[in-house]
Amino acid sequence: MAKGGAVAERNDFYLAEHDRFIACRASDPAWLRDLRGRGLVRFAERGFPTTRDEEWRFTNVAPIAETPWTLAPAVAPGVDTLIRDVLFDAAIRIVVINGRFVPELSRISNSPVQAGSLAGAVAGGSVGLEQQIGAFEMDGRPFVALNTAFLDDGALVVVPAGALLRDAIHIVVATVPGADPVVAHPRIVVSVGASAQATIVETYVGAEGVPYLTNAVTEIELGENAVVEHYKDQREPTTAHHVATMHVRLARSSNFASQSFAFGGGIVRNDLVAVLGGEGGECTLNGLYFSDARRLVDNHTMIDHAMPHCASHELYKGILAGKARAVFNGKIVVRQDAQKTDAKQTNRALLLSDDAQINTKPQLEIFADDVKCTHGAAIGQLDEEALFYLRARGLTALEARDLLIHAFAGEILNEIKVEPVRAQMEAALFDRLAQDLEGQ
Amino acid sequence: MLEVRNLKVRAEGKDILRGVNLTVKAGEVHAIMGPNGSGKSTFARALAGHPQYEVVGGEARYLGRDLLDMDPDERAREGVFMAFQYPVEIAGVSNAYFLKAALNAKRKHDGLGELDAMEFMTLVRDKAKLFDLDASMLGRAVNEGFSGGEKKRNEIFQLAVLEPKLAILDETDSGLDIDALRVVANGVNAMRSTDRAFIVVTHYQRLLNYIIPDFVHVLNDGVIVRSGGKELALELEEKGYGWLEAAGASA
Repeated sequence: MAKGGAVAERNDFYLAEHDRFIACRASDPAWLRDLRGRGLVRFAERGFPTTRDEEWRFTNVAPIAETPWTLAPAVAPGVDTLIRDVLFDAAIRIVVINGRFVPELSRISNSPVQAGSLAGAVAGGSVGLEQQIGAFEMDGRPFVALNTAFLDDGALVVVPAGALLRDAIHIVVATVPGADPVVAHPRIVVSVGASAQATIVETYVGAEGVPYLTNAVTEIELGENAVVEHYKDQREPTTAHHVATMHVRLARSSNFASQSFAFGGGIVRNDLVAVLGGEGGECTLNGLYFSDARRLVDNHTMIDHAMPHCASHELYKGILAGKARAVFNGKIVVRQDAQKTDAKQTNRALLLSDDAQINTKPQLEIFADDVKCTHGAAIGQLDEEALFYLRARGLTALEARDLLIHAFAGEILNEIKVEPVRAQMEAALFDRLAQDLEGQ
Repeated sequence: MLEVRNLKVRAEGKDILRGVNLTVKAGEVHAIMGPNGSGKSTFARALAGHPQYEVVGGEARYLGRDLLDMDPDERAREGVFMAFQYPVEIAGVSNAYFLKAALNAKRKHDGLGELDAMEFMTLVRDKAKLFDLDASMLGRAVNEGFSGGEKKRNEIFQLAVLEPKLAILDETDSGLDIDALRVVANGVNAMRSTDRAFIVVTHYQRLLNYIIPDFVHVLNDGVIVRSGGKELALELEEKGYGWLEAAGASA
């Protein structure tokens, strides 16, 4: 009874927060108010997940569920120092701080690419938004429901058909903690038209201090024959929790390549859903994560092969130190019509300590009969013989360790085509590793 | 250069070396032969500082210093090089990167400036030509997908680039065809000099047709049971190792 009481109390808290939230948003379009309402209902039905939910078996979000997160207030000045280190010379940059678009730090575009504030686009009556936002099922996704209930601002990128964008579009999401625990629910909406080509970089950072929660949702839609490269760089402080869901829809012959880097955060949960909804689509999902101390990084991916002749390649690698925990759940569904599917999934983890732990699970659900699906997982420590070999050639124990970790991570890092992002990711990883070593 | 006195080494809970004595002077080539399980490789690996080999007695002085007190990487930077019996594959690290890191670690230690990428490539191309080694292997991951012969040649390539003072070859000849064996032997012979010493651990006399040793030692059951000149190798070739067991039984 006590537990039920706690859930009801939490629901009351978010209902009250929601009332405050919508009070000043009565003039928003009806579809948005309706969407928020549905999100709130969905969230209130089940509340936060527990380890009794199959999808959350190894990820206990009690520290998130038990904290009353109030909406992060508009930012104080001076936050540009927070994001300075992650910026690169992008022609288009959208900066979202504490869930709100910050025009002074952004470089937006109106034509031919539309890129800027999501709330701005809503207010401006942008055509087609209603179809682009919230176009996927919230049932069973309580954090998406919560994000939707508080849907307000974030980034909107619309790349018109045929546009070839050589430069990356940089979306920076930052959070400044307050005196009490705060939450931001940024929503990133990307639509890339037929035969268009674009590169999107999402960077998540924040300041240390009182805990905060980032609860992000990214929706990406690829038109026919579109090519999208997506990078997610998550470097939030350990005092922050990061929960994010990315939903990607691929039309016929489109190509989506994702690289997800998770180096920060206390509890980190990434859900990535890619739906191959047209023939001949191709999807690459790669990831590299680092977890140390008592942090937890959970990557749940789901590739839905709904149509024939689609290919998916997936490679996730993790580096775990200290008493870190990690979860990898790679689900691949091949529906009855999806003949000639070629799906490959690989998951590797490097355990730098005896106390680190990973739960890994490939989950293949195949309903078609003429398909090629492979999966493999390998968990191990640094190879002692390799370490000795390097030391026997004069490298110190530390240099040998770093070289082997470089080699392990390089398979993912070297695939980053946006050079400043590659350099930042590499530096960030080895910075974290050095800190970890000092702590030992 | 190297003074080994009564060296006793344990591995996996077993006493392997039970008191080895060996003196190696600069300019000399010593061959260590012996049957399987005699402790040849243990001797090589213990000198290189492999963590799985525990020294339980005796001492080894290298250029007047306590070798056994040094970390394996310090030994390497001080000029001790062991060519591995089973070179390790390291995916994701190119030979060039690895060798440059190794060379610069040593140069830094010697108070020399580190080589940049250009200087390094010039050096290794010259070495490759001199030692008839294939420079194209530099671009490949360390030993990954290499044949047994390629791995051993790669060890000799590293030897040629790192120019150690004391080189220990741990069965570098095992499993090699005659062409690869010649490359290995030519590499060693080209490296022979008055200020460098070699310890060549081998199971087969064949290598010693190409690398003429100054001394041959026979290791059996963890101790050196005979030492002699190069003719001892020929005697072993003729008689095999069977006589050792007979000698052991009568002892």
